[in-house]
Amino acid sequence: MKFFEDIQVGDVFEVGRYTFTADNIKNFATRFDPQSFHVDEEAAARSHFGALVASGWHTALAWMRLMIDHRRRMDEAMLARGEPVAGIGPALGFRELKWLKPVYVGDTIAYKSEVIETRLSESRPHAGLMTFRSIGVNQNGEPVISLVSTTFVERRGDKP
Amino acid sequence: MPKLHWEDFQTGAVAVYGPRLVTREEIVAFAAEFDPQPMHLDEAAASATLLGGLGASGWHTCCLLMRMIADGFLHDSTSMGSPGIEEMRWLKPLRPGTQIRVRATVLESRPSKSRPEMGLTKFRYEVLDGTGESLAEMTTTALFGRRQPGAPT
Repeated sequence: MKFFEDIQVGDVFEVGRYTFTADNIKNFATRFDPQSFHVDEEAAARSHFGALVASGWHTALAWMRLMIDHRRRMDEAMLARGEPVAGIGPALGFRELKWLKPVYVGDTIAYKSEVIETRLSESRPHAGLMTFRSIGVNQNGEPVISLVSTTFVERRGDKP
Repeated sequence: MPKLHWEDFQTGAVAVYGPRLVTREEIVAFAAEFDPQPMHLDEAAASATLLGGLGASGWHTCCLLMRMIADGFLHDSTSMGSPGIEEMRWLKPLRPGTQIRVRATVLESRPSKSRPEMGLTKFRYEVLDGTGESLAEMTTTALFGRRQPGAPT
């Protein structure tokens, strides 16, 4: 991760894409959100969704995993250039998480995150707080998820 | 026919679900799959982070909460899903070996204006540790089918 001082409001992270399948939808939901419309095609067909839909937590976690992998690639590129990398986390939480449209089997969601606020931490003098809005858009260009998260990012301090 | 409809969630009602033991193994397995950051994977690396030791991914807390309320009451309800989470606050680390409970409070209840067969219920969920301290708080709205669609409220 870049150091807090190097992060600007408006910075965008194109974090990647994830395709939802019947198998990965049911595998996730069986463990964490086994409501019938997430685990059973026939029950889902009878529900107001009309077909199997991904748990909203699955749609969120797909973003989280892609975000971590994206940060790792950024860190590796920085280290290869001989630049120090900043520590990130933990997160304080999130707000305004909206599941805007159901995610169905075969949907591919492209996620990106944009920095919307940076501020110093009162409790942690060596860290700042980065707030970013993340959205996931399906293959038809329709947003399916949006959320705003806040996390600690290490300050450069006296590091070069 | 599910037992619980929108009409059964009265403002102010409180229910507690659990306990559920959260093990080190599942914290690490969840993080390896969804949130592979050192503070969720490895004690030594975690102690060097602001988390100050191994703790569950906040998203793992969300998923544990989800599963506990699914088993606790959603399976026996007319749940129609949720439009989202107003706020999730991760207040304290969830450490390995913690017995968690979930306290659910109904904050608000209203019928849907556009869909007479549906009502909206706003909940606050608190994830509590063994001493009753709150580790995380979530405010969210859930959608339920109504027993009497369109009836005056």
